[in-house]
Amino acid sequence: MTHSKSFVGTTTSFFLLAGLLLLAAPALLPAFRLELLAKWLCYAIVAVGIHLAWGRGGMLTLGQGVFFGLGGYAMGMHLKLTDAGPGQLPDFMVWSGVETLPALWAPFRNPAFALAMVVVLPTVVAILLGTLVFRQRVRGAYFAVLSQALAAAFVILLVGQQGLTGGTNGLTNVQFFFGLDLYDPAQKRIVYYLVVGALGLVFLAAWQLSRSRLGRLLVAIRDGEDRVRFLGYDPAVVKTVVYAVSAATAGIAGALFVPVVGILGPADLGVVPSLEMLVAVAIGGRFSLGGAIGGAVLYNYASTGLSETFPSGWTYLQGAMFIAVMLWAPRGLAGLFSSGWSWIGGFRERRFPGSGGLSSTPASLPEPKAASASAPAQATSSTTSSASEPAPASGPAPSSARGEVPA
Amino acid sequence: MSGQLEVRGLRVVFDGFQAITDLDFTVQPGELRFLIGPNGAGKTTLIDVVTGRTKPASGSVRFNGTELVGRREHAIVRLGVGRTFQTSVVFEELSVLENLDLAASFRRGLPALLRARRGVSGVVAAVLDTTGLNALADRPAGVLSHGQRQWLEIGMLLVQRPSLLLLDEPVAGMSRGERERTGHLLQAVAKDHTVVVIEHDMEFLRRFASQVTVLHEGRLLCEGTVGEVQADPRVQEVYLGRSSSKKEPVV
Amino acid sequence: MAVLNQLFIGASMGAVLLLIALGLTFTFGQMGVINMAHGEFLLVGAYTAYLLQNVVLALPVAFAVAGALGLVLERLLIRRFYGRPLDTLLLTFGVSLILQQLARDIFGAPNVGVTAPAWLTGGIGGFPYSRIFILVLALACVAAISLYLTRMKQGRRMRAVMQNRQLAAVSGVATERVDQLTFLIGSGLAGVAGVALTLIGPVGPSLGTYYIVDAFLIVVAGGLGQLRGAVIAAFVLGVLNSFVEFWTDASLAKVVVFAVIVAFLQLRPQGLFVLRSRALT
Repeated sequence: MTHSKSFVGTTTSFFLLAGLLLLAAPALLPAFRLELLAKWLCYAIVAVGIHLAWGRGGMLTLGQGVFFGLGGYAMGMHLKLTDAGPGQLPDFMVWSGVETLPALWAPFRNPAFALAMVVVLPTVVAILLGTLVFRQRVRGAYFAVLSQALAAAFVILLVGQQGLTGGTNGLTNVQFFFGLDLYDPAQKRIVYYLVVGALGLVFLAAWQLSRSRLGRLLVAIRDGEDRVRFLGYDPAVVKTVVYAVSAATAGIAGALFVPVVGILGPADLGVVPSLEMLVAVAIGGRFSLGGAIGGAVLYNYASTGLSETFPSGWTYLQGAMFIAVMLWAPRGLAGLFSSGWSWIGGFRERRFPGSGGLSSTPASLPEPKAASASAPAQATSSTTSSASEPAPASGPAPSSARGEVPA
Repeated sequence: MSGQLEVRGLRVVFDGFQAITDLDFTVQPGELRFLIGPNGAGKTTLIDVVTGRTKPASGSVRFNGTELVGRREHAIVRLGVGRTFQTSVVFEELSVLENLDLAASFRRGLPALLRARRGVSGVVAAVLDTTGLNALADRPAGVLSHGQRQWLEIGMLLVQRPSLLLLDEPVAGMSRGERERTGHLLQAVAKDHTVVVIEHDMEFLRRFASQVTVLHEGRLLCEGTVGEVQADPRVQEVYLGRSSSKKEPVV
Repeated sequence: MAVLNQLFIGASMGAVLLLIALGLTFTFGQMGVINMAHGEFLLVGAYTAYLLQNVVLALPVAFAVAGALGLVLERLLIRRFYGRPLDTLLLTFGVSLILQQLARDIFGAPNVGVTAPAWLTGGIGGFPYSRIFILVLALACVAAISLYLTRMKQGRRMRAVMQNRQLAAVSGVATERVDQLTFLIGSGLAGVAGVALTLIGPVGPSLGTYYIVDAFLIVVAGGLGQLRGAVIAAFVLGVLNSFVEFWTDASLAKVVVFAVIVAFLQLRPQGLFVLRSRALT
């Protein structure tokens, strides 16, 4: 491949270093900090899924909070039941006057069932929505809007079904996690290692997926879905599979979030939190796996630090950050880093094509193009995308399809 | 008489506009057929219908006896019908090799797709040779020239080993030398494939075409050899006649 | 009676959603911009009404203020992003956060109310005047937009740009000017919708977030840039929502509406009405 060797070497050693630091963190950080780090790493797991769906596949999923929540509630329900003890009801049910355990809850007493549901629930919802939506070629902005509406509906449902879900508060005060006392820092450290392990596995899986043929196919679908159809592939199937993978990833993250934080409620899952998960990836760099993970950690680090000290200032900063990233660094920090690297490194190769490797940052973003090539016979212009249609992918096409004629 | 591709009673309507009217069209196995006609004749629409992109109002399209109307695009490709587009679309971010490899892998199952590519398969290597893209194999397709893109697109078609190839204006926008090369490539391809080519360029047609079908306003005007077609007064009137005053026919 | 009442509540909700969706459907349809900050133009309208404490006077003022703000947004940021719909979504989400926080810092986090004028209090046969007023207002806006699009030169240019931007451009339409005007009108209408919302209840800084998702669903269900589509989709969704809420409960209504829309897209993936063209994406 055209990757410059030193760059690949650097990214690999960077990831190794990051991994070592994460493993050493319990020895370096006080318990309270470690807990925060574990929380950010949960968001990093979500980010891996967003990188796959959005960065690779061009599916702007604005509702990852739904999958995060499904996984989280599956886990939380089990933990609340074990906390309550055999035959007892979770605390919030007692408060809201529920007297018998709802049928929906009963199977979650079984740990195997609950663990399976962590992955199954988000996967099934994603497959259902993905199949219905992608088969009908609903995509781009339409898909984004639908996934966002799903998040809105999900949260309203959670809030409304007080006796079943804990309403606005959600599931709170989780104390035990499969026998571990979460109030004991030493035992909680094991939860931290679980999160790091999960992140590592998800990272490796996403890495393998990206370098596989399916990963290439995904990029091809992002840049020209209609063309891929004429190669004999069904883009709807590929997109649904990847969407489901990203949903399952978010589900796992949600399930780990519950023991780490001890609370999961609608406020963690709605339209805005879902957008924040996405924005963190945008800031880090959606085209790069490392960028997505780094973005999630950095963003949530900043959020935790600043939102408490300067709540209003943080919101302004957040807003300004999104605008700045979209204006000047649509490839995120990873994009800035890699172009900076190639500038410093006396670039042998002007481009780092999106092929292979850990940080595959396309040199040029996919321009929205009329992949179907059915624009009226204009053999000479290759980027004839009418701006009125939602383009399959978004990129900072400086030569956007706007022909301006002075009046 | 039964052909490899049989179009019968085809009617295509766009918002009340009849793009194709009662069209019958047959291609025999192994043929190299050229499809010509002025703008709006329905050439691309015909290919769109065959490949499942456009749904006809009525009529049937049979390929080796199998009805294609109502099938989805990728299913038709899997039956062995491949096509290119007027504006070539290749995946700019993938390398030339990856573009070809992706095209060649379409019959692999999901588990096989989850593995990374190792080496270059025989088919892909052969097509890299035929299309002359060997030196560019590891370059991103985005850097290719217009002509090279068209060859890559034809190459992506060839690695899929379709039995019927539909090419929509493969030499449009090419330089003289590139046209020449493409023509020879087509002739080589036509030896073991059935090929239908939409083309406007009369010089190209005279050099490389044997059988020609002329469409006009969605109807079949006439069929025959280049000589026969050129001699047909109706063709001269609707097509050649109009452009005879110019050096190049109007596209 | 209960049915009629739900129908009425649904229709008036639909009217508000329609006012919000009108602007979106044109900016989305014409420019491919997903403006998440559109909800905050509602805020501008609502707080204008709050400051003036006069609904009638607030209508034109809110239109002007929200429209001007929309124009500024278009000039400063959005015009750099044409052809990148998904990026505009994130960009305008940033703008939306800032505007919301501004509202919170200026007017405070708690909800504020507007005293409705005397002639809008009370009602006839169980139908409050205020909701009738909103219905009439929405229909008047639709009529005005429809006249604008079909009768006026500027409106016809807008439709031309929506149908084929490049062709319109080479035909001598100053597409950039048309875009600005579209944005101004779309944002202005959101301002008007914000004034209307103050008649239904108190308003707070997160008002926009609450309505924006529904408004986008209407655009998707109605078809991009389709006035008729938006009108039908808005009223159907409003009424559907109100009936499901009546029969089951409010938290299920959103899920049902969402399911209905996904099911509807199975029949018409591009919404109720489609701008037809041979070019597909």
